[in-house]
Amino acid sequence: MFSPLFLAEFSVIKPDPGSIFWSALIFIFLYFFLGRVAFRPIQQALRKREEDIQSSLDEAKRTREEMAKLKADNEALLKLAQEERARILREAAETKEAIINEAKVKAKAEARKIVEEAKELIENQKMAAIVDVKNQVGNMAIDLTERLLRTQLKGNVEQEQLVARLMDEMKLN
Amino acid sequence: MIYKHFIHLFITIVLGLALPAWASHEHGSEHDHHQPEEYDAVSTVMHHIADANEFHVWKGVHIPLPCFLYAPGHGWTILSSGKFKHGHQAVDRYVLNHGRVNRIRSEDFPMGEVHIDGIISKEVEVEKNGKKEKKEEYFALYQGKEYPLDKPSTLDGGILGGGITSFYDFSITKNVASIMLVALLLILVFTAVARGYKENDGKAPRGIQSLIEPIFMFIRDEVTRPMIGEKHYERFQPFIMTLFFFILFCNLLGLIPFFPGGANITGNLSVTLVLALMAFIVTNINGNKHYWQHIFWMPGIPAWVKVILTPVEILGVFIKPFSLMIRLFANITAGHIIILSLIGLIFLFGKNGTNVGGAALGAVIGGLFTAFMNLIELLVAFLQAFIFSILTASYIGAAVDEGHHHEHEEAH
Repeated sequence: MFSPLFLAEFSVIKPDPGSIFWSALIFIFLYFFLGRVAFRPIQQALRKREEDIQSSLDEAKRTREEMAKLKADNEALLKLAQEERARILREAAETKEAIINEAKVKAKAEARKIVEEAKELIENQKMAAIVDVKNQVGNMAIDLTERLLRTQLKGNVEQEQLVARLMDEMKLN
Repeated sequence: MIYKHFIHLFITIVLGLALPAWASHEHGSEHDHHQPEEYDAVSTVMHHIADANEFHVWKGVHIPLPCFLYAPGHGWTILSSGKFKHGHQAVDRYVLNHGRVNRIRSEDFPMGEVHIDGIISKEVEVEKNGKKEKKEEYFALYQGKEYPLDKPSTLDGGILGGGITSFYDFSITKNVASIMLVALLLILVFTAVARGYKENDGKAPRGIQSLIEPIFMFIRDEVTRPMIGEKHYERFQPFIMTLFFFILFCNLLGLIPFFPGGANITGNLSVTLVLALMAFIVTNINGNKHYWQHIFWMPGIPAWVKVILTPVEILGVFIKPFSLMIRLFANITAGHIIILSLIGLIFLFGKNGTNVGGAALGAVIGGLFTAFMNLIELLVAFLQAFIFSILTASYIGAAVDEGHHHEHEEAH
């Protein structure tokens, strides 16, 4: 029954010097060639890309933190500014009040002064008028006296009465 | 009913015409016509996983390959395997025996191009270590005489049935040509990928670059970086990557059942031996003081244990690459043998073309199981490439490890 076309020989298990030589040669060539041309550059490119991604992520995180800090700063600044404004407004209001009050006081004082001056002026004018009146009365008295004296020769009693009446009249003034 | 009969008849005619013709032709063209045609599954499988000096493409179509043959005392013979005319011509006593170059042992045989009448196999008695053993041998027929043939030398020292014979075969065999094809493919693919990184710098990967990148990153993140360590892994990465992609491409090319695939590259011990040898060399030339100390005089254990442990560790240095070599070889060869056996069911059930129904049954069963096995083989192709590279990386990692775990132990 066993009439083989060729021998059942398990040849693949026998290390063949030719195959060993060629596969070693090709493998070593592949190692150096691919290592230099492909595997090392690919590894470098991959690592560069990973570092790029990592640094981008880090930078984004840092920027976000900075933004948050900036925002917080802004808010603090805004709050400060609002406080400042409120303070300024309050102060302005106070100042306004003070100015108005002062003005009022000053105005009152001025008014009083004016009134006083006016009074004084009036008094002075009055005094001047009185003096003038007295002067005129004096003149009139002199005039009257002059006229009386001219008429003295006519009677005594009546003259005396007249003088007395005149004198009374003058006092009334 | 008439339809059913008609379909039955049709199938029977088609199968009856096509199958036996194909089955017998497959063998009739490849092998000797004057031999009785009986299907021998084991021999067929062994022939299909073996290396050859010509590349079989299609029925009767072979690509001749360059032969570099060296015989001590005769020197180099360089020729194309097409000169052998498929075993019908001897050149300088070299003949082509079922795809492989053999040499006629007898020095009486004429040199130069000589027409021979064919090659036969016979059972002969040989004396080996004082015992008579029966052994199959090949003979070249020339002018009515039988001349015994020598196979190419192998380096197994006779343990596996080979040994040094009268010549050495350094030819570009089918396997070597396939390795060259793999090398070419790797170079084409990886120069394209590397170019992609240059062109798409700072951009997302495109095309073949995005196909290879996940695999590359997987090997980097799951194999080289964890196994060798953060400090050294970049130094060994090209080596591990070359190993992984070389084995992967060889495995995948071996799964393609037709030209330009079909060569059983990683299922050949010579190839896995070279790969394991590379792993062995790279591991041991990079071994640091700490590594050698752990092999020759393991610190931290009693002296009498060291006496036992040191020989074990020294053996381990060689067993590790040896296991790498055997594992890859056995996995790939086993897968190929199973697939070829399942295909062989067609010829066994069909009694080599005489039983059409049997052949059809074999085709259905064998076809389904082959499809299933091919999927497993596809998994194995990736898995074995991964295992080979991760184990090599772990051996290298052990060799360059600076022993930080040791300080850790002392701290306890």
